[in-house]
Formats: sequence, C-alpha cells, structure tokens
Amino acid sequence: MKCYRLFIPYSRWRDAHPIVHSQKYHRRRRVCRLISKTLSKMALSSVLQSESADFSFNNDRSFSFGCRFGQTDLGFGAAPGDRLNFAIKASLGPDDKDGPERKIEFLHGTTTLAFKFQHGVIVAVDSRATAGAYIASQTVKKVIEINPYLLGTMAGGAADCSFWERLLARQCRVYELRNKERISVAAASKLLANMVYQYKGMGLSMGTMVCGWDKRGPGLYYVDSEGNRVCGDLFAVGSGSMYAYGVVDSGLRQDLSVEEACELGRRAIYQATYRDAYSGGQVNLYHVHSEGWTRVSQEDVLKLHHQYQEPKK
Amino acid sequence: MFAQVYGDNGKMKEYHYSGPVEHRFSPYSFNGGTVLAVAGEDFAIVASDTRLSEGYSIHSRDSPKCYKLTNTTVIGCSGFHGDCLTLTKIIDARLKMYKHSNNKSMTSGAIAAMLSTILYGRRFFPYYVYNIIGGLDEEGKGAVYSFDPVGSYQRDTYKAGGSASAMLQPLLDNQIGFKNMEGVQHLPLNQEKAVQLVKDVFISAAERDVYTGDALRICIVTKEGIKEETVPLRKD
Repeated sequence: MKCYRLFIPYSRWRDAHPIVHSQKYHRRRRVCRLISKTLSKMALSSVLQSESADFSFNNDRSFSFGCRFGQTDLGFGAAPGDRLNFAIKASLGPDDKDGPERKIEFLHGTTTLAFKFQHGVIVAVDSRATAGAYIASQTVKKVIEINPYLLGTMAGGAADCSFWERLLARQCRVYELRNKERISVAAASKLLANMVYQYKGMGLSMGTMVCGWDKRGPGLYYVDSEGNRVCGDLFAVGSGSMYAYGVVDSGLRQDLSVEEACELGRRAIYQATYRDAYSGGQVNLYHVHSEGWTRVSQEDVLKLHHQYQEPKK
Repeated sequence: MFAQVYGDNGKMKEYHYSGPVEHRFSPYSFNGGTVLAVAGEDFAIVASDTRLSEGYSIHSRDSPKCYKLTNTTVIGCSGFHGDCLTLTKIIDARLKMYKHSNNKSMTSGAIAAMLSTILYGRRFFPYYVYNIIGGLDEEGKGAVYSFDPVGSYQRDTYKAGGSASAMLQPLLDNQIGFKNMEGVQHLPLNQEKAVQLVKDVFISAAERDVYTGDALRICIVTKEGIKEETVPLRKD
C-alpha cells in the first residue's frame, strides 16, 4: 500500500484504506506461526536431550484442543499465555467442586525477597507450595544454589523455576569451563532471561532473582517469564511481596550490619506469611558475600510468631 | 466423557434438554486412586489402592498403582491411567538404557531427577499423573520423592498423592511428623508400626473417598528386596 505525502492525518487515511488479505495469505501466516511454535517446542526437547525412548513427544496434537487452561492466581501478576491452550477442565477458579474430571493443578504462590546492603546481598524466602487451595508442601526449597557464589530464587510455577534454574546452573558451569573464569551475575541473569524469552506467551510462570557476588561487587537481578530483566537493590516477588516490601522499605539502610540485615529479611518474610494465605512454612535465609553464599538460618514461622508476639504480652 | 453432565462450576446440570450443548473432546480422564509413601530409617513403604474408576463406574478392582522400577525403588502413579502406563513404560526404557550405558542400576535420587525432566518435557501437554517414588538411597536410608504433574519434585519423609491425598496427608503430618502436638516424644518410626499406620490410613480413606477402595497393595522396600502385601478394603 502506498502512502507517502498526506494532507490528512495518517489515521484517517489508514481507516479509509482497509487492507484486505487473501485466504492464501492468512493460511500462510497460520502455518508459519504453527511452525515457529513447533520449532520452539523442539528446542525444549533438544535441551532435554531426550533419547529415542521418549515417544511421547507429539506436539502438534496439543494445538487442536481448545479448552481454556484453568490457572489459579499467580503471585506476581504474570499473565498466562492464552494463545497456546491445552485441554484441562474448562472451569476456572479454585472453587470448583471435584467432578469426575479434575483440574490439573501445579504448584504456585510464594514470597521471596532479596536486597543489597554494604556487606553483600540478603536472600529470604518462605517454603510453601500450593496446588489450588491445597497446601502441597511446607518444606520446599525455593533458593537454588547455582554455584558457590550464585543463588537463584523461585516464585511462580515450581516446576518452571526449578527446571530453568537447573538448566542455568548447567550453562554457568559450561561458561566456567570454556572461559576459565567465573560467570558474572549480569551474564548469568541474561542467559536465563534469553532462555525463557523463547517461550514467551506459552504459559510459563517464573519470577526469579539471580543474586551473587562477582568482580563488580554484589549483584542482584530480577528475571521473569514475561521477559523482564532488571538490576536493582531490592526486590520482593510472589503473592506475599507487597507485605514484604512494606517491612523492608521501612527498615532498609545501607549501613546495616549483617545481623540486622538478616533480622530484617526474616521479619519481612514472617509478616508476609502472616497475612498471605499462599505463603508460609519456614523462612530460609541466605547471605551472599565476597567469599560466596552462606546459609544463615531456617526457622519455622510458628516459632517466629511466638518470638515476635511474646514481648507484646 | 462427562463434560456435559457437569457444568462449568462443577455442579450437575439439569437432565432435561436446555438448548444446544457444545461437546468438547478432552484427552484426559480421571481414573482415581490414592498412593502413599513413607520413608523410615532403613526401609520405605509405597502403598496404593487397587480401584480403577471413571466417572460413576469402576473399571477394575485389581489395578494396583505401584510399579517396581529397580530392586530398591518403587513408583506409585495415580491420575489418568493412560498416562500412568505410558510414563512407566518410558521410565523402564530409560532405566534399561542407563543400565546398558553405565553398567549399574539407577539410584532413587537419579530416577527422581530423571522423572522430573521427563515430566517437564511435556510442559505444554502434561502427563496427568501424580507420582510418588519410594526407595532406598545410596546410604540405605529410606527416601520418598513426590512430584507434581509437570515435574516439580522434592524429597520428603512421607507423602500422600491422588484422590484422597487431602484426607490422608493431615493424618500423616500428625502421626509421623508430630505436627500440632505439644509435649509428645518424637519416636522414630519402625517398620511394623509404619505398615499398620498405612493400613489404618487407607481404611479411613476408603470410608470417605469414592475413588479409593477394593484392596490395598503395600510394597515394602528394604535392602533385602521388595515385599508385597495385599489387604482387602471396602468394596462399595
């Protein structure tokens, strides 16, 4: 369509000249979209290097089922991709009664936070995993130890986070072997972001923070399945993040000591578990410093509750 | 298919014809069943009921959901029976391949990690199976690994999965994990007590869950091997 000099606004010209494509054009576009989706799913399988025994890999079938994916609310507002559908029971929402057909439920809901201060990075997470309204586990490890100086947190879909971060650990090790040097936090977070960007729109749900210490000092990046990758000094991710932000924002100073910073992180997660139904279990605390990361503590929220509420009586 | 009997909110629809109904094919169906695994000091128990149902019917009263993988590992799969069968076939094939390339059997931890990647490989069209692996780890201690349908897993001491899991898990939390009990001595679990507990727990589940019943198959994994026991349950 030719459109060069105009004496009317472009929008008026555009609306007066609708573009009509042939059936052949639309058919071609549909096929291309199908092919690119198939190729990216093949990418997933080649990443897994599944050998001949995995005869279950028939991805073209998945397009023909148009049922909506009933997904429970995700912690950090990631919108599930609605282009790719797969057949699960049509009912949405967590309050459906169990009929003969059930909803497949994955594990979501969490509070994780990390912040930088003068002595490094503090990482604090809860340990609850929910499948719909059922608490599947109170002892999930939401911090993945990528290597002795890099940590990754998990929020969103449990399988998505653990799979992609495990793959990230493998990539970081390959980088170390190839370059005889540790990978920087920026590069590690970029690797993760690029890996999941290929699956954007397909329904992955992952909100993770890559924390570590490299040549440039403490590093903290937030990466999610929407394609965001941001560097920052403080992040809280998950359904309980708002509550955690309130506590950390009011107590964070750059000149905190290690003890005070740990206590701040612990208190923030405790307050989030107190108010958020989808967070709970134990508070796992890690401290990343120039020598690497250290596991500071693991405390049950019930015990923390007695500790914090006791002095008030 | 029962999509048209149950409406969108899970409640039963009226029986009279109320206008055009859209029929949708679902590749999944729910075949019921409950699986349970408990890890002890030097043993592991994997138990499952043997009822195979679909909707209001029972297809079979003798379809156990525990499958033996190696001499030290048993897996329990419940959910959609078709996917359970395919998944166990795939796991068996991968175990054989590993045995041929590495000249040793896979350990429980390795099987768990492998199953996680097999399940995640179908992230966009999942296996509708709730898996629990029970077995002995390299040191001979009991290990239980529980999975979700897309491969998220973790090691536990005890776990219930399947249709009656929400009824069994709190009971196990109390009796094995001593949760919500004050001033109670934490005694370690011995094998006889664990087997008795599993039997009691399944009897309770059969009372209140329609998809659980008929018989209970218990597989006890010790360093001597795998012993199987069958106990009858309510058949109604």
